[in-house]
Amino acid sequence: MLLRGIVVFTVGVCLFGGIAAAEPARDAILADYLNQARQADPGFTAFSAERGEALFKARHAHNPDVPSCTTCHTEDPTRQGRHYKTGRAIEPVAVSRNPERFTDATEVEKRFSRDCKNVLGRLCTAVEKGDYVTFMMSR
Amino acid sequence: MRPILTTALAAALLGTTVARADDTAPVTHEPTRKECGECHMAFQPAFLPARSWTAMMAGLADHFGEDASLPEDTARSIRDYLTANAGDRVSGKLARKYMRWVAPDGAPQRITENPAFVKEHRFRDEVWKLPQVGAKSNCPACHKQAELGLYDDD
Ligand code: HEC
Ligand code: HEC
Ligand code: HEC
Repeated sequence: MLLRGIVVFTVGVCLFGGIAAAEPARDAILADYLNQARQADPGFTAFSAERGEALFKARHAHNPDVPSCTTCHTEDPTRQGRHYKTGRAIEPVAVSRNPERFTDATEVEKRFSRDCKNVLGRLCTAVEKGDYVTFMMSR
Repeated sequence: MRPILTTALAAALLGTTVARADDTAPVTHEPTRKECGECHMAFQPAFLPARSWTAMMAGLADHFGEDASLPEDTARSIRDYLTANAGDRVSGKLARKYMRWVAPDGAPQRITENPAFVKEHRFRDEVWKLPQVGAKSNCPACHKQAELGLYDDD
């Protein structure tokens, strides 16, 4: 399975170039969040990069060690981040700097649930996740 | 696929270094490399006994204060890899050096508290606080080839 995935992905990259091949997967992830957002609120229209930026930069009281997404991802998403405790480098989260961002749905969901629980003390909503991805796509 | 190729290439280039006493086999199990290499480097299984890995894999929801939980089948496959290659299951000088300090029924969760580690890492506090280091667990900050299991690099 994994091997086949890699082969398919590699062929995809060869055919379309890394950036172009990565987009449909990201669009599908966003479309899924949009569906969920509309199920919760039929009047919901569109994600917002501004709201995503506010979520990214907000400081929360839940966990004093990690008050914000920026604690590990840094204030500037085009820069390399750092895990606040282990020192491990984290690749930039802005799509312009890192075209593979938000293209693996399982990985994205796993990290949203871990990181939102860690920083906010709760899961992020579909709107928050869509806003966050939209903000990172604008950077 | 690429990491394995890189490892093989590095091993070929480094030749004798790989066989040196204090080195250990790199992590070759892809799910372990990926899932256990996100927040810190994926530590080689030989640093802890199988009991430690079993206990750690059973408590990922609260892993040193963070949620590192995984789907059950992924967790099982990682646990199987880590325990099969644990310090009390493989031979090698590094494994022996670390296992010497583990009580027969002990299941330590930290590599960095093992006396074998402490002895080799008596640095001033400022060293650990350097921005490029940050934590004892950040092995690659000082050992450029830590991910390849090579620590004898001074
Ligand atoms: C404790 C450090 C830490 C904090 C705080 C943190 N993250 Fe992360 N985040 C990581 C790590 C480590 C990764 C995985 C490595 C990587 O993707 O490069 C990651 C990856 C992600 C990903 C996956 C992106 C992708 O392309 O797959 C998303 C989404 C994410 N974080 C969202 C958030 C949000 C939202 C917040 C704030 C609510 C946040 N993170 C706060 C450490 C953190
Ligand atoms: C969500 C982030 C995250 C993930 C994913 C993660 N860890 Fe950790 N791990 C940590 C943190 C934080 C520490 C504590 C680091 C410190 O205090 O320096 C830690 C510490 C450790 C240590 C002890 C290091 C020492 O100081 O000796 C081991 C061993 C370890 N992790 C193994 C694993 C294994 C195995 C996996 C995969 C199943 C894993 N980790 C996945 C965050 C994570
Ligand atoms: C602040 C830098 C630093 C960090 C971080 C660090 N080490 Fe070391 N380590 C050293 C130095 C310096 C030595 C001594 C080298 C020597 O004497 O050969 C050493 C020695 C070692 C040795 C013995 C090598 C030999 O052949 O004698 C091992 C094994 C080792 N480190 C493993 C680790 C592991 C595993 C980690 C992460 C959990 C780690 N180190 C983190 C600096 C560091």
